[in-house]
Amino acid sequence: MPTIVVDVMPKAELLDPQGKAVTGALARLGVEDFSAVRMGKRFELTVDGDVTEDVLATARRIADEILSNSVIEDVVEISVVESSVAE
Amino acid sequence: MSAPRIGVVTFPGSLDDSDARRAVRLAGGAPVALWHGDHDLHGVDAIVLPGGFSYGDYLRAGAIAARAPIMTDILDAAGKGMPVLGICNGFQMLVEAHLLPGGLIRNAHQQFIRRDQRLRVENADTAWTSGFSTDQEIVIPLKNGDGGYIADDETLDRIEGEGQVAFRYVGVNPNGSLRDIAGVTNARGNVVGLMPHPEHAVEPGFGPDTAAAMRSGEDGRVFFASAITAVLQSA
Repeated sequence: MPTIVVDVMPKAELLDPQGKAVTGALARLGVEDFSAVRMGKRFELTVDGDVTEDVLATARRIADEILSNSVIEDVVEISVVESSVAE
Repeated sequence: MSAPRIGVVTFPGSLDDSDARRAVRLAGGAPVALWHGDHDLHGVDAIVLPGGFSYGDYLRAGAIAARAPIMTDILDAAGKGMPVLGICNGFQMLVEAHLLPGGLIRNAHQQFIRRDQRLRVENADTAWTSGFSTDQEIVIPLKNGDGGYIADDETLDRIEGEGQVAFRYVGVNPNGSLRDIAGVTNARGNVVGLMPHPEHAVEPGFGPDTAAAMRSGEDGRVFFASAITAVLQSA
């Protein structure tokens, strides 16, 4: 069944305490290739049937209204993947 | 007039609802238990959204509770001027419901924190702070994991300019909140939210320490007494 993937990230200009904690952990582990880590959320919306324009519009609406809070986060991507997850 | 009726909403995962009802009673009000799944405010005169971890803080703290059935009724009542107080998780619900500006994120230091917290009352003209004086310092318990208050600079400048910052942390900023903001009000002054817990400082023997005696702090009682006064004045 097709899946709509919604990616949400904390706003770039605001503090991301979780990403900062991971950055600190990497430094302690001696990983020096990455200067920063930012941490967001991925939602997978399973669709029973076809991903129509209406279904996509609904996904965009709930991405803005429920899945993210525009005060602190941005919806960075909404994409459709054809998954072959076992029934 | 009989004692004002103050409703306290219980959500799945609320923790401090019974403490809030007790605080209402000790301040002279009549507590009324409300249920998140109802569309019924039972004729209350004011509402408290209590602390806790509604829906396990899943999605974002307060986000799912902010879309509960009773919230549409509360939005309607708040729009008509009913006093509404959000404490901790309740504050998170009020920002998620866009009744208050800004947002709340994980504490900057990533730790859950619990301490008796000093605050400065920045706005003593709201329904929940009229019993204080401006710049008065109070101490009530704080306990949160997602207490970092944030908003963009434009919003912060605006709410500071318009007196919508209700409380600021004094001495220690316990969670990385921008501009030390501990609580905010809407423009009308009937909706107030804050991270610290006034309902845990209402009774000698169980509040924060004071210079006078251990556990004797009861600054939190003034929040509920202020709302009772506001209800009686508008009756």
